[in-house]
Amino acid sequence: MKTIAKTGNEAMAYAMKQINPDVVAAYPITPATEIVQIFSNYVADGEVDTEFVAVESEHSALSACVGASLAGGRVMTSTASQGLALMHEILYIAAGNRLPIVIALVNRSLSAPINIHCDHSDTMGSREAGWMQLYCANSQEAYDSLIIALKVAEQTAVPAIVSTDAFIISHAMERLEVLEDEEVQRFIGEYKPRFSALDLENPKTFGPLDLQDYFFEHKRAQIDDFSKVLGTYNKVAQEYAELSGRYYPALEEYKTDDADVAIFTAGSTADTAKEVVDGLREQGRKMGLVRMRMWRPLPVEEIKAALGKFKAVAVMDRSDTMADFGGPVFLETRGILYDAKKKPLLTDYVYGLGGRNIDISDILRVYDEIEQVVKQGKIDKLITYLGVRGEE
Amino acid sequence: MASLKELSKRTEGLVGGHRACAGCAASTAIRQILLAAGDKPTVTGICTGCMEVVTTIFPYTAWNVNLVHNAFENSAATVSGMEAAYRALKRKGKIDAEIQFIAFGGDGGTYDIGLQSLSGAIERRHKMLYVCYDNEAYMNTGYQRSSATPYCAHTTTSPAGTKIPGKPQKRKDLTEIIIAHEPAYAAQATPGYYMDLIRKVEKALAADGPSFINVLSPCVPGWGYPLDQTMNISKLAVETLFWPIYEWQDGKYKINIKPREPKPLVDFLKLQARFRHLLKPGNEHLLEELQAEVNRRWEVLLRKEQATNG
Repeated sequence: MKTIAKTGNEAMAYAMKQINPDVVAAYPITPATEIVQIFSNYVADGEVDTEFVAVESEHSALSACVGASLAGGRVMTSTASQGLALMHEILYIAAGNRLPIVIALVNRSLSAPINIHCDHSDTMGSREAGWMQLYCANSQEAYDSLIIALKVAEQTAVPAIVSTDAFIISHAMERLEVLEDEEVQRFIGEYKPRFSALDLENPKTFGPLDLQDYFFEHKRAQIDDFSKVLGTYNKVAQEYAELSGRYYPALEEYKTDDADVAIFTAGSTADTAKEVVDGLREQGRKMGLVRMRMWRPLPVEEIKAALGKFKAVAVMDRSDTMADFGGPVFLETRGILYDAKKKPLLTDYVYGLGGRNIDISDILRVYDEIEQVVKQGKIDKLITYLGVRGEE
Repeated sequence: MASLKELSKRTEGLVGGHRACAGCAASTAIRQILLAAGDKPTVTGICTGCMEVVTTIFPYTAWNVNLVHNAFENSAATVSGMEAAYRALKRKGKIDAEIQFIAFGGDGGTYDIGLQSLSGAIERRHKMLYVCYDNEAYMNTGYQRSSATPYCAHTTTSPAGTKIPGKPQKRKDLTEIIIAHEPAYAAQATPGYYMDLIRKVEKALAADGPSFINVLSPCVPGWGYPLDQTMNISKLAVETLFWPIYEWQDGKYKINIKPREPKPLVDFLKLQARFRHLLKPGNEHLLEELQAEVNRRWEVLLRKEQATNG
């Protein structure tokens, strides 16, 4: 174990170097460009054995990753925002073919209007593609999560997206503890693909036409395998904790034991909210935080158990569903809590779209308001767009 | 070059029992191409399209070699990824065999929606052969126009109406676009001249880098002709100069067949329902335009051959 200083992008590129995949096919996009750039340097300096395929688009990036993974390689890529949107079609194909590809992603808003800063609309827009999703709160977690996600992906044959917040994490220098290369290699082990298109002894047709008579069974089998991801994740995260001393649950609770209210959010905002909770605790206010880290698959029972104990919860969503019903975390959490024995009053704060800054005073306001909800015993405003001009 | 006798002894890469239309030239071309490739381990990829749909209906497959289908527009990128993984795994000693890679796509997947993917793969110099089976329209979805559809041809999205006589635009010259990338090898072929096609596949696979063959593949329902006429029409395309068969390597053009007395284009057109409206009185000028265009392109090709073999 050694300690170095790295930005989120550098941390992710460093994890990729230590994973040393067979193929990386990628296309640069702000704010994830550095990941591809730094990795190219590792290739140019012979620090990895990877074939780096500098494709002409994100669509081709993931298409080439699918080809490389079908050929039996350990495969990774990196993207953000529009790049993930351009990959959208192939996300489903990678997952449907059970290819454990891992994407090091930086969350950035989707155009229009065009904007390069953070929100979660890119990955939230790909929730149904069949990829595991991990949202990280800082560089350390991004580094650790890429290594964990790769192992989970390969064990479950489910591809994974590990994401950080644009600029807030991707470009911020932080203290980072890294494993030795050999430790990472020992942890992930040698990749043994379930099948290979380069297996000449047993020629197969991959990605055939699958009609009304078989498609549904194959989809059902994929859904079934997807349901095993959380269990595998819990096991691998535990193994990783034993190795590194850092444990990352699918759902994190912070100072929730005796709390009446909590914020439920993700990413770097959760780290900011921890600071706010510490301050509130000093004032004797019983407030906590629940951080969603894995949003695909949904840790349903964990969410039910964690949120069920509060009187009120404010979800903070960094994207909107355009359903006229708030953000995706709010919508899905309401669904999860529908049959919970104990459930909190639940409100939604959509915040930080296009990188709009979220600071301690914004989060304090949310805690104040959710405290009011408890006092009144009812919700006045179900969905709030936080910090938008003309909204207050 | 493999003789017919040798070819007849090889294991078929694409076997019968698939569901292509009777008289399908594309399936014949793929069979010939895999026979030509067949003496070495071969891994293939294919775009969504006619040939993918008719040969891979689960739980059946007509392919005796590994085949990867990803999506419509990306067989070049997909096979480029396979080729990259192959190089990585070979370097690590995980694979011994010398494997050759072939990607297939129709004109929809190649001229149009997959052109960027193909351009990128060639520019990156992946060692793979890309074969376009060009049947001059989107046949899988029912004969819609593509940028490979010739001038005035009737398709379901460029219908010959009372005001507009079929496709108003000329066809895109994809082979020349690919040659502009300076691949290791590029050619035009058609299965009517099957030994020419086989020789080209051997050359393409032996070339050190990306190669491309554009195979004109007559389509019975799309072009509208009797199903026993496929090979005849394939040959007529060459004999009328509609589809010159030629190759390009190391900067040099070579026209493989130069008919001493080219047949009039109408001999090719009159057998096909997609051009039927051109034979109606009042459309003589369109026939003349089509003939003039074929002649012009042939002259350009002759000059290129001359200029690069001086």
